[in-house]
Amino acid sequence: MKRNPQRTEKIAFFILLLSALLVVMLVGLIIFIIIEKGIGALSWQFLTDIPRQGMRAGGIFPAIIGTIYLVTGAIIFALPLGVLAAVYLSEYSKDNFLTRMIKLAIVNLAGVPSVVYGLFGLALFVIFFKLGVSIISGSLTLGIMILPIIIATSRESLESVPYIFREVSFSLGASKWHTIRHVVLPNAIPGILTGTILGLSRAAGETAPILFTVAAFYLPRLPKSIFDQVMALPYHLYVISTQVPNVEEKIRFGTAFVLLILVLLMNLVAIIIRYQFRKKKRW
Amino acid sequence: MVNKTVPKSSGSVNHPKITAKDLHIWFGKTHVLKAVNLEIGCNEILSIIGPANSGKTTFLRTLNRLNELEANFKISGSIELDNQNIFNIDVESLRKKLGMVFALPTPLPLSIFDNVAYGPKIHSIKDKNKLRKIAEDCLKEAYLWDEVKDRLGESAYKLSGGQQQRLCIARTLAVKPEVLLFDEPCSGLDPISTAKVEEAMLKLKENYTIVLVTNNVKQAARVSDKTAFFLMGELVEMDETNKIFTAPRHKKTEDYILGRFG
Repeated sequence: MKRNPQRTEKIAFFILLLSALLVVMLVGLIIFIIIEKGIGALSWQFLTDIPRQGMRAGGIFPAIIGTIYLVTGAIIFALPLGVLAAVYLSEYSKDNFLTRMIKLAIVNLAGVPSVVYGLFGLALFVIFFKLGVSIISGSLTLGIMILPIIIATSRESLESVPYIFREVSFSLGASKWHTIRHVVLPNAIPGILTGTILGLSRAAGETAPILFTVAAFYLPRLPKSIFDQVMALPYHLYVISTQVPNVEEKIRFGTAFVLLILVLLMNLVAIIIRYQFRKKKRW
Repeated sequence: MVNKTVPKSSGSVNHPKITAKDLHIWFGKTHVLKAVNLEIGCNEILSIIGPANSGKTTFLRTLNRLNELEANFKISGSIELDNQNIFNIDVESLRKKLGMVFALPTPLPLSIFDNVAYGPKIHSIKDKNKLRKIAEDCLKEAYLWDEVKDRLGESAYKLSGGQQQRLCIARTLAVKPEVLLFDEPCSGLDPISTAKVEEAMLKLKENYTIVLVTNNVKQAARVSDKTAFFLMGELVEMDETNKIFTAPRHKKTEDYILGRFG
């Protein structure tokens, strides 16, 4: 058969389109199934009540609050540390053996399975630092887990700020820190926020790192302090899906739906902030 | 604006503002500047001409120590500003004294006003009225005030290329430098914008010492008092501009000026 370039073009286009559509369909399907099966469980009581009857009825309020605490804690810890490390790596450090080792370590940190973080958090924060199974232990563990994401995206966005801006600032007599603080960082914020969004979503959804460090199986009250245990949505979902018999399907999917909405809402805040900064970007 | 920080060298025009002695510069193994000796007098415009890779820009960026940012930069010899070795001056105050205008217009991603105010703010001028006054004076000095006075809050990127370059001049003036370093400031500009920048330079000469690196030989002839010709990292000759252009001592200088090479 003779080659027909136009037909080849058409086939290629079709395959590419199909792959793209398949991705969209998978995401759509997940969202559709969760909404379809979970929407029935949603009610004011479901969102604001404590779990009752061995988690077969009542609400998931403590788990929602727990997840918000954990994600907030993880970001408070990981964002400043990650951004400062990224500033050091991209603005101050010279290319030598030490910095290459640091960069390698960060890449490897990103590849560590999340259950390993959980064990690490148990050993370091819960046992060694005697913080106990607590919000602070869980937040720190999640923070370490999302650190590489924040460092990598922050470095990328710092390095995308044109070098000439730094030279202009230096040439006017600005110190290195002044230049970073007033020229480089403000222009890198959108990229840094993208990293924060990615990290935030990851922290909200992970079960393994909080398994040994914070999550309570069943704690039908709000935490008293950051040294208290707390329920969290992903772990709660795992528990009612596999550990407790006879939980209605709509409660399980309802919990998943709430987790999804919560992550989307938190992302939305970051996206709005990023949009505000992008509007100001002027080159 | 009368710049009070410029020491008016007790009447003598030839008081050297900047002196380079036996200056060698390397980037890694590349020997970029070789045994350069030159003096730049107070309140004069020195043009540095020469083909690409002759070390003109390197020389300029050595004066305000921007080259130090390169990892493999090496230097020998000395450069003095008002008889003081520039490497003994704290780098931030040195750069404040030697303002630089870059080859392409380089506004910071800020408003027109904030671009001019950026420098004074570094040097802790916080008062709004003072900043406004500085911005107005400097924009007037750079011949830009009338074009932007009603839109100071707009992004600097809304200005045309020539306006942006004059904004960069105003921004440099705002830190009250003593010397202005121009690195091919008109290479990206049309002839009319170029004329405006040159007009600004001639006026600025009254208060500042100016070093102008240019690829445009005619520009050197139009604006400068003295001209230096660099070739392959060496200073071939330096003299009064009209002497260089009428009776150069070296054959290579003549060839370059007449456009026979480079």
